[in-house]
Amino acid sequence: MRNPEKGMTLIVKTITRLTVGLILLYGIYIVLHGHVSPGGGFAGGVIMALSFIHLMLAFGKEVALKKLSQAAASILESLGALMFLAIALLGFLGGYFFFNFFLNKGKPFELFSAGIIPLCNVAICLKVGAGLFAIFAVLVLFKGSDEK
Amino acid sequence: MSGYSEYVLCLLLFCIGLYCVLRKRNIIKIIIGLGIIEYAVNLFFILVGYRIGGRAPILVKEQTITTMVDPLPQALVLTSIVIGLAITALIVTIAIRIYEKYGTFDITKIRRLRG
Amino acid sequence: MSSLMELQLLLLFMVFAAVVAVEIEDLLSSVIAVGAVGLGLSLAFLILKAPDLAITQLVVEILCLIILIRATIHRDLTLVKDGRWFFNTASTLLFIASLLIFAYFALRELPRFGEPMMRVAKEYVGRGLEKTGATNMVASVILDFRAYDTLGEATILFTAVMGVLAVIRKVGRIKNEKS
Repeated sequence: MRNPEKGMTLIVKTITRLTVGLILLYGIYIVLHGHVSPGGGFAGGVIMALSFIHLMLAFGKEVALKKLSQAAASILESLGALMFLAIALLGFLGGYFFFNFFLNKGKPFELFSAGIIPLCNVAICLKVGAGLFAIFAVLVLFKGSDEK
Repeated sequence: MSGYSEYVLCLLLFCIGLYCVLRKRNIIKIIIGLGIIEYAVNLFFILVGYRIGGRAPILVKEQTITTMVDPLPQALVLTSIVIGLAITALIVTIAIRIYEKYGTFDITKIRRLRG
Repeated sequence: MSSLMELQLLLLFMVFAAVVAVEIEDLLSSVIAVGAVGLGLSLAFLILKAPDLAITQLVVEILCLIILIRATIHRDLTLVKDGRWFFNTASTLLFIASLLIFAYFALRELPRFGEPMMRVAKEYVGRGLEKTGATNMVASVILDFRAYDTLGEATILFTAVMGVLAVIRKVGRIKNEKS
């Protein structure tokens, strides 16, 4: 029976080395262009979590946890939630909760437009991605230490 | 009823999921039934907001679009899909713990054993 | 009307895959059948002109399948038929029949498929570009017009992650404190 901690065969490892950086880059692209083309923070965050999970499934959990440890994932997730709340509370300076006033709206169809919406996308991406990676890391660690 | 056949199929999917949750004895089957119910409810929201001949709710350069599909149900379902994933992960974790403690996934045996 | 034929065929495929997922006895096969239902749902979102949702549903489906397969592999499956089979099935079918009766009365109130009412969304679509500056209407709805709901969703995700970390804690810690 294959030991789930040691990773998979050589073909899977080679393909993973080639593609896992591209998956992370694609996730970042979908998050940053969330206000111009379909996607947004949720889809991009899940794709970024999937790239780290791909690394963990192909190489075993030690290699993946060296790149992004469990404590770092918890800190990133809390950072994303606090950033989202800070953007919401800054809107109080303008009068309401979440008021989209303090960055200019720019011209449409460009990357630096639409006020606070790109910043909110980045915060949501950090939160969703780090949270899902923490869930998966804990599930794999639990099963690995339990099977005899 | 010709204008409602999509709604009827969506309701049929919901009833299949509900039957699975009520009748099966294995916890993983119950989780699968919950997942099917979730898919059916998300599909129903988007079916209500569809307009025949409409376009996706994204503006394109140098074109003014008059008929768009409704973007409000799509915004609600977007968060619902990610929440469904988190709930499925939580319930699978509880199922793993139950297997840890009782040695089986059968819900009738879990009621009878005292841990 | 050709686009509606594709949608109805896709919904029939999803219903068939769901029946396979419910009735088959091997756990791995039924998890794969649920994956087929999710893939059909992602294609249905694409036909219904919702590209944001198609992307999100596809990647969420992949992650859900990975978590389910890690839970079901190396586990056993006990197949024992219990007594009172007739009573259980009859009461379940009665419950589903009463649900369908009420659903019939509710479905008659809905407008026909393909003509939405869009009372609130007229304001969002008509004046969304000048108020927010974003060209993706769904992003402007979830992050500007209805950002409070997104805050609630972030809270639910946080609570679910904390719940998983709390349930999975090993029992050995209590034993170490006792001895």
